Amino acid sequence: MTSEPEGGEVAVAIRGLTKRFPGVIANENVDLTVRRGEIHALLGENGAGKSTLMSCLVGLYRPTEGHIELATGGKPLQKVDIHSPRAAIRLGIGMVYQHFKLVPNQTVAENVILGVEGVGFIPNMKAVETEVAALGERFGLRVDPTAEIWQLSVGLRQRVEILKLLYRGAEILILDEPTAVLTPQESAELGATLRHLANDGRAVVFISHKLDEVLAFSDRVTVLRAGKNVATLDTKDATKAGLAKLMVGREVLFTSDREDQEPGPVVLDCAAISANDGRGLPAIEDLSFVVRSGEILGVAGVAGNGQFELAECVTGLRSLTAGRILLHGDDMGGLSPRGFIRHGVSHVPADRLGMGLAGGLPLSDNFIMKRYTSAPIASGRFLRKRAITELSTEYIEKFSVSTPSAATPARNLSGGNQQKAILAREIDAGTKSGVTPLIVAAYPTRGLDVGAIEAVREALLAERRRGAAIMLISEDLDELFVLSDRVMVLHGGVNMGIVDAAGVTKERIGLMMAGELAAK
Amino acid sequence: MIRFRLERRIDPPRYLSWAVPVASVVLALVASGLLLLAFGANPIDTFAAMWDGAFGDIFGGEVYSVSETLVRATPLMLTGLAVAVAFKMKFWNIGAEGQLVMGGIAASAVALFLPDAAPWIPQTLVVYGLIMGGAAILAGALWALIPALLKAYLNVSEIIVTLMLNYIAILWYSQLFTTSWKDPEGLGFPGSALFPEFTWLPRFSNTRVNVALLVGLVAAVGVWVLFAKTRAGYEIRLLGDNPEAARFAGVSVFRNILLVMLISGGLAGLAGMGEVAGISHKLQQGLSANNGFTAIIVAWVAKLQPWAIVLVSILLAAVFVGGDQIQMTMGLPASVAQVVQGVMLFFVLGGDIFSQYRIRVSRERGEVMA
Repeated sequence: MTSEPEGGEVAVAIRGLTKRFPGVIANENVDLTVRRGEIHALLGENGAGKSTLMSCLVGLYRPTEGHIELATGGKPLQKVDIHSPRAAIRLGIGMVYQHFKLVPNQTVAENVILGVEGVGFIPNMKAVETEVAALGERFGLRVDPTAEIWQLSVGLRQRVEILKLLYRGAEILILDEPTAVLTPQESAELGATLRHLANDGRAVVFISHKLDEVLAFSDRVTVLRAGKNVATLDTKDATKAGLAKLMVGREVLFTSDREDQEPGPVVLDCAAISANDGRGLPAIEDLSFVVRSGEILGVAGVAGNGQFELAECVTGLRSLTAGRILLHGDDMGGLSPRGFIRHGVSHVPADRLGMGLAGGLPLSDNFIMKRYTSAPIASGRFLRKRAITELSTEYIEKFSVSTPSAATPARNLSGGNQQKAILAREIDAGTKSGVTPLIVAAYPTRGLDVGAIEAVREALLAERRRGAAIMLISEDLDELFVLSDRVMVLHGGVNMGIVDAAGVTKERIGLMMAGELAAK
Repeated sequence: MIRFRLERRIDPPRYLSWAVPVASVVLALVASGLLLLAFGANPIDTFAAMWDGAFGDIFGGEVYSVSETLVRATPLMLTGLAVAVAFKMKFWNIGAEGQLVMGGIAASAVALFLPDAAPWIPQTLVVYGLIMGGAAILAGALWALIPALLKAYLNVSEIIVTLMLNYIAILWYSQLFTTSWKDPEGLGFPGSALFPEFTWLPRFSNTRVNVALLVGLVAAVGVWVLFAKTRAGYEIRLLGDNPEAARFAGVSVFRNILLVMLISGGLAGLAGMGEVAGISHKLQQGLSANNGFTAIIVAWVAKLQPWAIVLVSILLAAVFVGGDQIQMTMGLPASVAQVVQGVMLFFVLGGDIFSQYRIRVSRERGEVMA
């Protein structure tokens, strides 16, 4: 199925690349060509070997077998040995990593020249700033070169990363899941930037597992599954269902079977709540809403419009500046996070490794996070090892968490399995609390592959069937429409209205998210 | 050109956990042997003297040398455990030295003044041992409470505060034994009066090894139980790995900072009591012997594992005691002994990287091999 290049000149050719780690074959006999002037998407589930393959290209790993040919710096296509990241840069290959490599308290220009060869001991910052500004202008990557990184939004930081590569003269740009951290608008802008770069004659590779983006941005797409190249095709010939099938190896359904059901009694009742963000500025203002047993309330909004703070408020992690929260009719004012946990509140936080898991601790330690204060896990002041083992085995089986063992540090699991582990823990903690649970799920499928997204959505719907009250925060409108009964839209921390998911269009929600059409 | 690269081991083989330390020690001996040669000393003789100083004829039933090593190891063990408890929570207690000194002062105060102030208290070893122990734990813990409260309430860096409090404690202790508590019958030598005999910690046969060593071993068991078996230990580990996740799980950061520093300061305080009531029997020069700082090395080399701390404190003590020995029997200057000690530490600490990384040797053939 591999389509050989026809149009543009080949910039990179990976030939028969195999990368083995002890006990694991990350890539097996992969062929891949990328042309100048094209955006080439590398699609695959977590663990399919996308990152390993690109790591070979940027000199982080060396292939066990096979080789790489490059045509950069005006030379014809020839075999190269990329033995280090520095060599990769010299050869014109650059990568934007998912976790940015920037120094927060240095300026954009300073970050751009960091590590560049040939910069003098006292660099001429004025010249660098002018050049960075010019590059930004040319490629639609406008950033103030004198701003310090910590002042910039995530989207702007990503621009700095791309500018770094351009400044180093990269002809082949690789972006590892570049949209995972972006809002839909920022993603669209990134798409335009990538097109700019391709039109300039550069080769762009972007790693993704989001089918919509792959279809929207790329010219060609290569699908990896279990370390092998299963197909390379022109994007215009690809369909969402077809790509998903190639990626997962089986048919994938994009709709979930959400049955209609009458919601039960009110579980969460927020009355005119307000709260500040981390800097002490108002983040949410005067929000009133209820979530009933057996319903999913979606919360829509552009990232950074108070969703994060709202999730923290209703889970007891952030104190209110006004209003009150009732859970099962009890006023939760002044209660600690543990008090909320005891009232049946489960929380699937937005930042998995930031808050949801202690990455360095074994999975078993992460499983007991919500249960370690009570029997059977605790016995007085002590923990019962056998009970912990039983609980871990139960969670791993029930949610098919793929892990070598319960003693594996949580950080070593793939994103999807981390999320399954959190869901297992949170759903169980809610169920065992003795009251109808409230599940607050923030971006539960962000960064997950198709298979894992299905599993997470199924789990949430199963809880809805069992009567849980669920608040689902998401920036994925499709997801909100598929899962929610009602959708609340936040803009600038203010409630723009709560609408029935069945009777509203995406366009109308979009306008509410922009804050222009407040439904008053 | 040959290039060396460090490559992270994805699945470190088990044998490395002993092979690396053994190789480190061997290399340390070779390297310090070369150094000794450069100083004009016979390395074999010198190492023999070091062994003799640290362990003596241990297999022939001679225990004096090894007992001195254990005496040296006791405060390292207790302070090593003390800092390890705090480090588990990523609370950087650099103040074990000061906490040890405060414990020593408190135990001394009990031994020197309580018999006169409260003569009705039975003057027996058990009663006084418990009072001194309690006072030492309390003093060390209170000294540790200052940085803990500052951290918990105001988020003040514990590194600076614990470090600075060391100097306050050390200067106060110097003032006490040279001035306020100086023995008027001491013929002008600095130091307090000798403690009454019923406050002396019992020793094993005719060595200086005393009950404090057992306290250290019991403390190691206690710390192991704390982290492996208890809810409190779980909360501390959670906080150490990810404070946000701990907050999410409903763990009180505040309470755990206080708890950890009370345990940490208390253990260091006990080390101070062991030194005054077990060894010197008075408050005098030498209580502050940098044990609280060396403890950081002990805890780190032992990767914060209680059992390893016991072992590492004994081995490190052997290096110190053996180093002292070569000054005496080989006539080498003190600085040479310290250089040898430093080389050994360097290799053991530095060798650790090889249990997590492997070296890849590759020949660079130019970037483009057309």
